[in-house]
Order: sequence, then structure tokens, then C-alpha cells
Amino acid sequence: MALLDYLLGQRKKKSANLAKDRLQILLAHERSDRNAPDYLPQLREEILAVIAKYVEIDQDKLQISVDEANGFEVLELNLVLPENH
Amino acid sequence: MSRVIVVTSGKGGVGKTTTSASFSTGLALKGYKVAVIDFDVGLRNLDLIMGCERRVVYDFVNVVQGEAKLQQALIKDKRVDNLYILAASQTRDKDALTQEGVGRVIEELKEEAGFDYIVCDSPAGIEKGAQLALYFADEALIVTNPEVSSVRDSDRILGILQAKSKRSENGESAIVEHLVLTRYNPARVEAGEMLSVEDVIDLLNVKLLGVTPESQDVLNASNAGSPVIMEANSLAAQAYTDIVNRFLGEEVEQRFINVEKKGLFSKLFGK
Repeated sequence: MALLDYLLGQRKKKSANLAKDRLQILLAHERSDRNAPDYLPQLREEILAVIAKYVEIDQDKLQISVDEANGFEVLELNLVLPENH
Repeated sequence: MSRVIVVTSGKGGVGKTTTSASFSTGLALKGYKVAVIDFDVGLRNLDLIMGCERRVVYDFVNVVQGEAKLQQALIKDKRVDNLYILAASQTRDKDALTQEGVGRVIEELKEEAGFDYIVCDSPAGIEKGAQLALYFADEALIVTNPEVSSVRDSDRILGILQAKSKRSENGESAIVEHLVLTRYNPARVEAGEMLSVEDVIDLLNVKLLGVTPESQDVLNASNAGSPVIMEANSLAAQAYTDIVNRFLGEEVEQRFINVEKKGLFSKLFGK
């Protein structure tokens, strides 16, 4: 049985690897939040208010972030519109 | 020129006070004049770990508030020359510390008292006490366990070190960061059950100062009120001695990272 356990064990992911994978994703996410400009929440609110004048949207459907790509700062807005507006 | 070193972690119970006690003792054993300050107002413990709990008359808060002179509050260590402890207040709350007051005391330790190293033992968390402990730092020891919540909290503290210190606010060169990985168990790392030292360095992107092995000597030393670095023949003591030597610029190879291969002799007779 030990041999079987050993072979099966190889397939199951080691917990230390799981820990590292989870932390890599989490830390990247938390670091981007930490480096986000202070005006971002306010900007989000105001953009939401403008869009809400024209379409009915869910507050959570707007994602907004500032990233750096090729030496440029990129403001990224992501909005999912409702199906039948 | 004197240096201010903060020992910090975010998470509690990872070994900040143990590290502060042994690190400051190790520096003093090397002949430097060292002051170690407990910033955990209301929950002081450094005095207990260093075995001077019955000699606290005046504390850090008394000095910050101008109720006592610095010389009255500094407790001279009985074992090691040139080592002084500044205890936290047990009765006051954390608002008793002000940035201006802490800055004044640190300046006095540097300029008038002539300390070479001022070690700031941070409380857990990211609130005022922890922020003040790191604010004046030139270097930081990030104490981390190879465990998910400790790594996450260390990353958070690194963000604060980089953004909310006196050095960052004044646009000076950044605080020098050193990783101290405590309670490391190479056998569990080898079994894939514990984050490895490489994993933690990779995740936090901090230079490794040293690894301390999980050791029963730490509890024994704290029971006796003596920093673990003073225990002869203890692996934890050797690890902290290495850490102090590396901090002072010596080339010391990393130890306690791999599983010790037991020889026939130790298999038969040893522990």
C-alpha cells in the first residue's frame, strides 16, 4: 500500500506548492491595490454616476485600475453592460 | 554613526521579541553600545524575555512624556556590557507615544547617550505602535515564519516600510530590509509541507539575513529570562550569532536550511 500511496502522492499537489501559488496571486493583487493612486475610489464613483445617467448598471460591474505597461501608466476601465438595456 | 533597526513582522507570535532580544544581545557581545526599546505599550514583554522585569522603574512612555530622564529609564543588562533595555509601559495605552516624542528620545539615544545601535521591538499589527517603531528606522529585520498568513502580513509591513517611514517621507535612501526566517523546519520543507526559504525570498523579494531553526531552546530561554543567543550549544543561538555577524558585514554561509544528514554515530548515540 505504501507504494500505491507513494504513486498517488506524486499526483496530489504538495501543500507548500499550494501555499506559494495562492500567495503569489494574493500578494500581486494586494500590492497593486497598495500602489493605486488615492483619487481612484472617487474617480470610480464619478464615472459610475455618469454611466448611470444613461444605462442601469450594477455597482460591482465597473472595474477600474491603474497599471504600468511599457513605461506608460494605463488607466483601465472595465464595465459589463446589462443584457437588455 | 548610530543606526536605528526595527524588528517587525505584522503578524504576532512569529518571534519579534525573541529576535530583538537575541539580536541586540549579539550586537552588544560584539562590543557595540546597544539600546533595545519595547514599543508594545500596554503589552510589554521584552523585559520578561531579557530577565529584567523586576528592575523596571521608569519606562519608555515616561521618557517620551518627560516624566523621567532617559538615564533613569534605561535598564543596564546584568549579563552583557553596553546593553540597555527601555521597557514599554504596562499601564498606558498606545496613544501615549507620539511621533515627536519618540523622535526626541531616539535622537537623545543617538547624540547624547552615544549608542551605536538602537533596536526597536515593534508590536504586532499595523497600528500606531508598529508605525512609530518603524518610522525612524535605517534598517529593518522582517521576522517571518514559513507560513501563509505570516508571509502575507510581512508583505503588508514591507509596503508600510517603503511608504510611511521618515526616510520615505524625506525622499532619503530607503530602509535596508533584511529577512529573518524563524521556526524553519527543513524536514517539513523537504516533505513539501512547508514553504522553503527560496519560496519566501521569492514571494517577498527581500534579501535573506538568516534562518533560525524551530528549537525547544527558545522556550527554555524565555522561561529563564535569558536571550536564546546566550545558550551554549543551542542551534538557535548559533543561528542568531550568524545573523548578527552577517548584519555586521561578515561573510557567513547560510545554515539550518537543509536536513542534517545523521551519521552512524549520532544515530546510535546522539539525539
